[in-house]
Amino acid sequence: MRLPTFPGGIHPPDNKATTAAKAIVACPLPEELIVPMLQHIGAPAECCVTVGQHVAKGELIGTAVGPVSVPIHAPTSGEVSAIEPRLHPVGRYLPAVVIRPDGSDRWHDDLQGSDPNCLNPDELRQLLQQAGIVGLGGATFPTHIKLSPPPDRSIDTLIINGAECEPYLTGDHRLMLEEGPNIVDGILILRRILGVKRVIFGIENNKPDAIAAMSKLCAASPIKVQPLPVKYPQGAEKQLIEALTGRQVPSGKLPMDCGAIVQNVGTAAAVSAAIRQGRPLVERITTVTGPGIRTPQNLRVAIGTPLSHLIEQCGGLSDEPGKIILGGPMMGNAQMSLAVPVIRGTSGLLVLRRQDVSLAKPGPCIRCGRCVSVCPIHLQPTVIALCARLGLVEMADTYNALDCIECGCCTYNCPATLPLVQSIREIKGSVMEHKRKH
Amino acid sequence: MDKALYLSSSPHIHSGLTTAGIMRLVIYALLPAVAVAIVFFGLPALKVMLICTLGCVACEALCCKLMKQPLSIRDSSAALTGILLALNLPASSPWWMALLGSAIAIVIGKMIFGGLGYNPFNPALVARVVLLISFPVQMTSWTAPTPLSMGFDAVSSATPLGEMKSAVMLTGQLPEMATSGFDRYFYGLMAGSLGEVSALVLLLGGLFLLWKKIITWHIPVSFIGSVVVIAGVFWLTDPTRYPSPLFHLLTGGLMLGVFFMATDMVTSPITAKGMLIFGCGCGLLTVLIRLFGGYPEGVSFAILLMNAATPLIDRYTRAEIYGGHHHDRGGVQ
Repeated sequence: MRLPTFPGGIHPPDNKATTAAKAIVACPLPEELIVPMLQHIGAPAECCVTVGQHVAKGELIGTAVGPVSVPIHAPTSGEVSAIEPRLHPVGRYLPAVVIRPDGSDRWHDDLQGSDPNCLNPDELRQLLQQAGIVGLGGATFPTHIKLSPPPDRSIDTLIINGAECEPYLTGDHRLMLEEGPNIVDGILILRRILGVKRVIFGIENNKPDAIAAMSKLCAASPIKVQPLPVKYPQGAEKQLIEALTGRQVPSGKLPMDCGAIVQNVGTAAAVSAAIRQGRPLVERITTVTGPGIRTPQNLRVAIGTPLSHLIEQCGGLSDEPGKIILGGPMMGNAQMSLAVPVIRGTSGLLVLRRQDVSLAKPGPCIRCGRCVSVCPIHLQPTVIALCARLGLVEMADTYNALDCIECGCCTYNCPATLPLVQSIREIKGSVMEHKRKH
Repeated sequence: MDKALYLSSSPHIHSGLTTAGIMRLVIYALLPAVAVAIVFFGLPALKVMLICTLGCVACEALCCKLMKQPLSIRDSSAALTGILLALNLPASSPWWMALLGSAIAIVIGKMIFGGLGYNPFNPALVARVVLLISFPVQMTSWTAPTPLSMGFDAVSSATPLGEMKSAVMLTGQLPEMATSGFDRYFYGLMAGSLGEVSALVLLLGGLFLLWKKIITWHIPVSFIGSVVVIAGVFWLTDPTRYPSPLFHLLTGGLMLGVFFMATDMVTSPITAKGMLIFGCGCGLLTVLIRLFGGYPEGVSFAILLMNAATPLIDRYTRAEIYGGHHHDRGGVQ
């Protein structure tokens, strides 16, 4: 049977074998946790503790500000040793609460689980917001917002994203193998909140064990597990929707505008923990991997753990590091320091050695069309990138620069090693500014 | 960690295939044709090959120096142009004509526009056409291929297309060579320029490029397809006057043009739909020029004319973007 997919995309080496068979290991707590107040898309949380205060694990340390925001909780019990700007994965110094763990890792007493079947969708959404649940696939958009479609949108499909199409990353894969029941429970809670019948669970077929495990667990439920061919960016929201429903999200609109809502498997597990046990989002699975790591592993990490600590837990660096990347190699962010903490969106820590970093000088575009044929949005990346180089903002807009999902397939495939998606990213900002002005 | 880390925005990995890699693979795909040319035409063929290749590389190096630009010959595109130009010349080409052709290809065909990627026309074809118009005698002094003879006893001979054209013009009827015995054209036993002799090796080279995903099927299939259809229509209306589609496919520069000239990335459209239009245009113009034009062979002119149309084609063949209109194709049930 032909598996459903989307047009375009690339097949980079997946490099998952080094960690795919390794069970998730709990990462010991570091000497200090750096917990930024901004770990989600939206307004940063506002710190509500003071220096010297003792906090329990799961205790509120930052309150949500405004509707598109989520609170931040203490990842362990300990003492607040500082409240100051610290280097954040975005590359700037941003407000953070620094906690010195007391070693007891004691949960806050007030946290109480509840039975999702006794709660209505609004109460469930509120609990998710209070637990700080955000999309764990990497985008970290507040889940309660995503689960609150306006009444004029009819949602008929919930899509669960188990594609994990980024090379190297195996956190979601391990989670599906080790915490399948929690994922299924979370999916059923999400389904209840949305009130949809159809649930499709997409998993790339380079994870046959996960497909088998999830199919078994979902057999008696309304969840349909659908294997997907291995192709990047299969797990991108729009591409996953296209593959699984045959629908396209209208240009400039949201997935809910075509009746679908996508949630990541990690988010589903976090939803289950937040409702059943009342546990806020204070830890996540991070794959520490890459040729620059001596013993790559899948770690369960407390939010705020510095990257240097993760690397120590994985046997240290194997060689002079060239690039430290948070996330996968296709869409992850390069870091300037190992002092940066793990945040809610940190799906992986990828260390490339100096010799792994490609430093080829860009040449002229030879119009080979390799960027055009792989673009999952059917754009002409080389033309938009040219507009960016020449500063042609309006022309970039007519070539639909704003529809670019920044997956990076064009740059990966460019024989002239032109920074195509990088140029498009730049011009997108100018296009948006131009649109605001006119 | 005493050295600084590299910082750049994603993606952080690359496919590994570079421009120079593409050029080298195309050169490899041409090597069988080069070998066949040397076997069939002997040392004169080797001489033309060497002059064109070295001439093109030297001209590009000189241009880079004059334009105060970094030396671009390492991307192998100049060498490729030289090989393609040589395959478009007769074995008996004088040395000065091969050298002049190289200079035209690189200087006027390519560097004047800013070098690789900016030239609107295929450089090797520009040179071929300039030479054909300027030196019609030397450019149409064909020798019959005499395998392994080393070329010292070359016999002059007409190309199948030339012979067909003059016979049709004189008698209004196709000569016998245009209606039967096509297998010799397939293997390469016909007069013509160095790259026109064997459709077989060019086809193999083209298949290699398709297999390596250097070229896509769009241009070769639409080019060959439209030649077959249009030539077929004429053939069916009057098989005594118009040759069969197979004759068109196996003779002249068609295979070289289809797989190595029309698919030149710089001068052909970048969208799949554009490539199909481009290929069909090439096929149509080729057949029309061959049957009704002043020249017996029309592939070069057809491709150059379509090169000129490429920006326009690109402009009107932009694909519908994702989410550009309402879409529902069923999906998973």
